[in-house]
Amino acid sequence: MTINTLAKGGCHREQMACFRKVRLLDHVLFGCIYLFLLLWCSTESLHLGNMLVKYGYIYPLKEPRCLVLRPDESPYRFQTPYFWTSTRWPASELDYAIYLAKKNIRKQGELMEYEKERYSLLHKRINHTWDFVVMQAREQLRASKQRRKADRIVLECQEQAYWLINRPPPGVNNVLDTGLERPNSFSCRVTLVSDFIIEACRKALGRNRVKSSICLEGFLKYSEQYLNHDPIMQGCLPSNPWISDDTAHWTMNAEIVPVPTRLRVERWSFSFMELLNDAMGRREFMTYLEKEFSAENLYFWQACEDVRHGESSKIVEKVEDIYKNFLAPGAARWVNIDSKTMDKTLEGIKRPHRFVMDDAQMHIYFLMKKDSYPRYLKSDLYKNMLAKAIVPQETKKSVFPFMRRQRHSSPSPAQTATQAAEEEGLAKGAGANSAAGSHF
Amino acid sequence: KNPFRCRSLPAQRKYMRSPPTPEMATQEVPLNETLAHLKTESETLKSKLEEERAKLHDVELHQVAEKVEGLGQFVMKTRRTLKGHGNKVLCMDWCKDKRRIVSSSQDGKVIVWDAFTTNKEHAVTMPCTWVMACAYAPSGCAVACGGLDNKCSVYPLSLDKNENLAAKKKSVAMHTNYLSACSFTNSDMQILTSSGDGTCALWDVESGQLLQSFHGHAADVLCLDLAPSETGNTFVSGGCDKKANVWDMRSGQCIQSFETHESDINSVRYYPSGDAFASGSDDATCRLYDLRADREVAIYSKDSIIFGVSSVDFSLSGRLLFGGYNDYTINVWDVLKGTRVSILFGHENRVSTLRVSPDGTAFCTGSWDHTLRIWA
Repeated sequence: MTINTLAKGGCHREQMACFRKVRLLDHVLFGCIYLFLLLWCSTESLHLGNMLVKYGYIYPLKEPRCLVLRPDESPYRFQTPYFWTSTRWPASELDYAIYLAKKNIRKQGELMEYEKERYSLLHKRINHTWDFVVMQAREQLRASKQRRKADRIVLECQEQAYWLINRPPPGVNNVLDTGLERPNSFSCRVTLVSDFIIEACRKALGRNRVKSSICLEGFLKYSEQYLNHDPIMQGCLPSNPWISDDTAHWTMNAEIVPVPTRLRVERWSFSFMELLNDAMGRREFMTYLEKEFSAENLYFWQACEDVRHGESSKIVEKVEDIYKNFLAPGAARWVNIDSKTMDKTLEGIKRPHRFVMDDAQMHIYFLMKKDSYPRYLKSDLYKNMLAKAIVPQETKKSVFPFMRRQRHSSPSPAQTATQAAEEEGLAKGAGANSAAGSHF
Repeated sequence: KNPFRCRSLPAQRKYMRSPPTPEMATQEVPLNETLAHLKTESETLKSKLEEERAKLHDVELHQVAEKVEGLGQFVMKTRRTLKGHGNKVLCMDWCKDKRRIVSSSQDGKVIVWDAFTTNKEHAVTMPCTWVMACAYAPSGCAVACGGLDNKCSVYPLSLDKNENLAAKKKSVAMHTNYLSACSFTNSDMQILTSSGDGTCALWDVESGQLLQSFHGHAADVLCLDLAPSETGNTFVSGGCDKKANVWDMRSGQCIQSFETHESDINSVRYYPSGDAFASGSDDATCRLYDLRADREVAIYSKDSIIFGVSSVDFSLSGRLLFGGYNDYTINVWDVLKGTRVSILFGHENRVSTLRVSPDGTAFCTGSWDHTLRIWA
């Protein structure tokens, strides 16, 4: 039983909420349009006006098939609410057939090529009701003849505008296309959902919340700290590759470089996660830890990450390796975990699964974060790195701005990875330690 | 009957928590509780929760942001236009190398581009139309995609020009309705998916095994995003039930839930620090939700914006929020002050997807006008 078949009824979902908003503006539509006319120079009002034309709320008189709002003196007219897109009439094949029939009867040869094609297609498809179509068309034409000529012309224009939206000519975007249908709410699952809601609410009521003022200050601090690192906000040195066609910025900030940039080294001091996420940062930190004789912590953490994110089939093997190298008494790289966590982990290792090392990993992570990381930032190793780091010169705009630099391609990561895998394969054959091979 | 087909190895089955199926869950509800009773209880709890949340709300974001300098003139242009799709572009993702992207479209084509040179490097034709989800693997060696086939498949990227990528395709995820979004977790080995069947799921790529499933949405789930946190264990999803839920990947539990939007949530994206996330909805607004304060803290909307938001993303520092809209434009918001900084024109039809590049130098948009654009 699929969930799809359970969907019945369901509540009304606003998929094109924009139309609801326009309906609310119905009675002030006049005022809005007037305002647009006054703000002609504003690109946004022109854009919004264009949307109104595209969706059929206003239609052009001069070139009815060109649904664009021109910022000149071309005349437009408001569409009658009867034909507004927000009414969401089905605009059935029958209605369209009647419209085309009317056009055909009124003036032979008035139908455009694509309309003729559609007319004959409809004639085939709904042939069984064709008498009704022709009869309706004739009736409507007769009724319209009794109106004043001016009214008749307006009505014809309005109807034409309506069908240009609902049955656009070939090559024109169908603005009423809303993409895939999204099935309605699963009303039959309400019991299950109410259960979840109640459970979630109860949990939430017991949650510790932080005052807004504290949380929001956090955003300010973060944005300020990273401001210089945000290329879209402050630009980047030597230049933004997308703008200048020069990939120097990427070359200078490649994963492993002889000398990193200053911004990059500064970023390592923002948080422990920033340091670990950067391959060079992690390498530097490892060097520091080795000096302090606590490198096993980082090796352990890396091995645990490998378990968490690696292949399911290798979990058992990897956990065994971790036990041998880091947890077993007398292990080569024994890590110092508190006894409670150690007991829990050893117990869990008996039935290894993906998350069995989580507690131990977190313990070591926070140990490094609170202890080794702050000391690293104060160390000579880091300070020297920061001093050596380069600050690229801003590339001056080229003398001939119209000459475009050649855009060079770069080796695909897929290629470098296959090479690396081959090299690693060779190294493995030579008996190297596989734990050192992880690269995150 | 389990709605998910589990291709798990017998030995590991005991470590996989199987989700309660909808049928099982309804049986757990005491028989004498009527629907109405449940509803009133959930309504009362919800209003109580709102009261509790309001108690600690002592200031608004834009008030706190008054002391921050305003942003000046903002100029961003299309720097690259990628043409090659034959139909609506529905989704795209960046490679970690900061210049390659993968994109998918309505006609079933998935293309990998070097966006910098605009060269197409790989192309795959899926056996289904409406490929609504695609993702680049962290290693850069594979892409995942899916849509109306209800599956998520992984294609290793081969550099052999003669090799047919479809030959090495691996079917990983299996849902009972369309796949709306997919994302690799920290490695190439696991994929998180969301589907029109109302659930999200975590899969092991190698074996195709379901590792965890996430139930709680009352309608189609349209989007998801993984949290950039230290412990890396949560993600947020948004759906047609107007809710944004935060989930624990290990236990499958919904940790937090937010329901303030007035229509479908099309896109969710974490703030770079991981303490908040933004959402974009068909109700024409983007909203910011703070996870520690446990509430919505900002709404980004304007009277002149009446079309829905299809996708959102933050700039690197989190100061700017980019939104792709159904009226063909991109609105750029000042996250702190709540004002719109700029409006960008260029696409000739709906903007369906928007992602900022991994190093924040540019962002890419995909549109129903069959093209992708890089803006910087």
